[in-house]
Amino acid sequence: MPELVLQLTRAGFLALLWLFVLVALRVVRSDLYAASGLRAIMPGGGRVASRAGRSRTARQLLVTQGPLAGTRITLDSRPILVGRADDSTLKLDDDYASTRHARISQQGEDWYVEDLGSTNGTYLDRAKVTAPTRVPLGVPVRIGKTVIELRS
Amino acid sequence: MAAPGSGAARPGATNGREGAPALPTGRTIELLLLVFAAVIVTGALVLVEANQEQELTPTLLYVGLAYLVVLTLAHLAVRRFAPYADPLILPSVALLNGLGLVMIHRLDLADQDRAALLGQPLPGSLVFKQILWTAVGLALFIAVLWRVKDHRTLARYGFTCGFVGLVLLALPGLLPSSISEVNGAKLWIRIGGAGIQPGEFAKILLIVFFAAFLVQKRDLFSTAGRRFLGMELPRARDLAPLLVAWGLSVGVLVVERDLGSSLLFFGILLVLLYAATERVSWMLIGLGFFVVGALIAYQLFGHVQVRVQVWLDPFADYANRGYQIAQALFGLGTGGVGGTGLGAGRPDLVPFAESDFIWSSLGEELGLIGLASILVVYLVLITRGLRSALAVRDSFGKLLATGLSFAVALQIFVVIGGVTKLIPLTGLTLPFLSYGGSSLVANYALVAMLLRISNAARAPLTRRPAAPAVPIADAGTELVQRPAVGPTTGPLPGPTGGRP
Repeated sequence: MPELVLQLTRAGFLALLWLFVLVALRVVRSDLYAASGLRAIMPGGGRVASRAGRSRTARQLLVTQGPLAGTRITLDSRPILVGRADDSTLKLDDDYASTRHARISQQGEDWYVEDLGSTNGTYLDRAKVTAPTRVPLGVPVRIGKTVIELRS
Repeated sequence: MAAPGSGAARPGATNGREGAPALPTGRTIELLLLVFAAVIVTGALVLVEANQEQELTPTLLYVGLAYLVVLTLAHLAVRRFAPYADPLILPSVALLNGLGLVMIHRLDLADQDRAALLGQPLPGSLVFKQILWTAVGLALFIAVLWRVKDHRTLARYGFTCGFVGLVLLALPGLLPSSISEVNGAKLWIRIGGAGIQPGEFAKILLIVFFAAFLVQKRDLFSTAGRRFLGMELPRARDLAPLLVAWGLSVGVLVVERDLGSSLLFFGILLVLLYAATERVSWMLIGLGFFVVGALIAYQLFGHVQVRVQVWLDPFADYANRGYQIAQALFGLGTGGVGGTGLGAGRPDLVPFAESDFIWSSLGEELGLIGLASILVVYLVLITRGLRSALAVRDSFGKLLATGLSFAVALQIFVVIGGVTKLIPLTGLTLPFLSYGGSSLVANYALVAMLLRISNAARAPLTRRPAAPAVPIADAGTELVQRPAVGPTTGPLPGPTGGRP
């Protein structure tokens, strides 16, 4: 084999070996961003989606179930009071709701739900709200028989 | 390679959440990397043939085809039996095994040249034997993946594994030397032409046993103890497993005259103890045991002294005992940074160039750059094993994956350290690279177990989130019971559907 070809193939083969290593390390690297073995999947899925979700802020409050289903409230920075009281922002006609049932208020970019000592409790998805809890977009908040969601 | 980790996901394996993507299985990236490994190995083969000015013979084509068939079958088996297994383990193994085959073939060619020059009969081709062993290894690989559906079942056979492992380990020492002795080490069971080293399989079985044993008993070893110099010392009676490990390795050393395996067993068991109990004192005590054992062995055994003297100065007895390691060092020096090019060196000058000293053969022809890349491939294999150990959820799996990965790592260190004169030389084989049937077959079984554990670690949880059978508005509201007699006696003011 000519000397030049020998030298070129020699270097080429070593380069190929290292290319394999680099591709393998790239896979390792991409794996680092995946959740470490626990794989908790963000609602809405994936890294890209969650980044996009963070930039979106809630603009509307939508009643999805209950007597007031279909009601929309456009959000501004003021807190939303939910209950049977006449001065509530969202005045419920729901036998299972208390007079002053819950408050949904904004802190920074996020909205938090807070139970105001209601009788039957406030539920974020299926978990009872005992302390102010962040409400992600599209996650149902249940108050009595009424279910509300934040929408962008 | 734009989408690492992407892969065909099995339908029905989604996480239940609407909109959540199916988990990537990594099978596509594994296939791509396998193809890449096959390309590299084919390139290496062509380079060897070109530099040795050989023509591509049909027999060689069969070897190449057999290698490709082995890769394909292994990949299909992983797809079938462990669809979420780590995508990097199998390609690393495939590349190492392929490079080993090419280098063994290259040494075959050199042996045939020399025999032709000297007018001797042509020696048998080792690469054919090795590809046969690869096929056997593949069969065991598939069998392990197929039969062991869940690595946790192995824990139930812990004591059986330990017993069988001990028997396998002791067997060559008890058999007559005519069957068991090769080159002064009684490691073999040779029946007819074929020989196996049962110690290689005993290694895996003993790792299974120790993992199972430690999961059961680790509380014993990590609770009681006195504090001394800022660390917890274990109680004397809890030292038993360490003593057993020590006795085992010393027994191997005495009866079978095998320095490498003895070092390997002791190291593995020490690391498993440390991983199970998280106590540094075990490591220090173990290292103390090791030093004592090494000193006693040096005093008592002639072959240990020879190894140490050769290690300290291989050129003192160059023509005789130091010849092998001195030639290996010359080979590595000839290779230098870039190597001579595949097929263009003289790695065959080192005795046992295809088994114990394949590292120096590769070093001569690929140079430091090539050796470093192979080391990184080993590193990837080991880190993926350890990562599986971190990610898997049961402690038996954690310990087992730790033990298996560390066994590979320690073996690589012992062999490469010996060949490059960092530590005294011990007769072990490099996993997947060296010529040697038992080592290859056993390591394929080891990799199958690692893949099984990584599959368990990466697969989505089988427990699905509770299906929203009831619409959320009708879900059980926490009702407060209205007291039967009247609101005044009730502990809670709110009646059902309360209006406070």
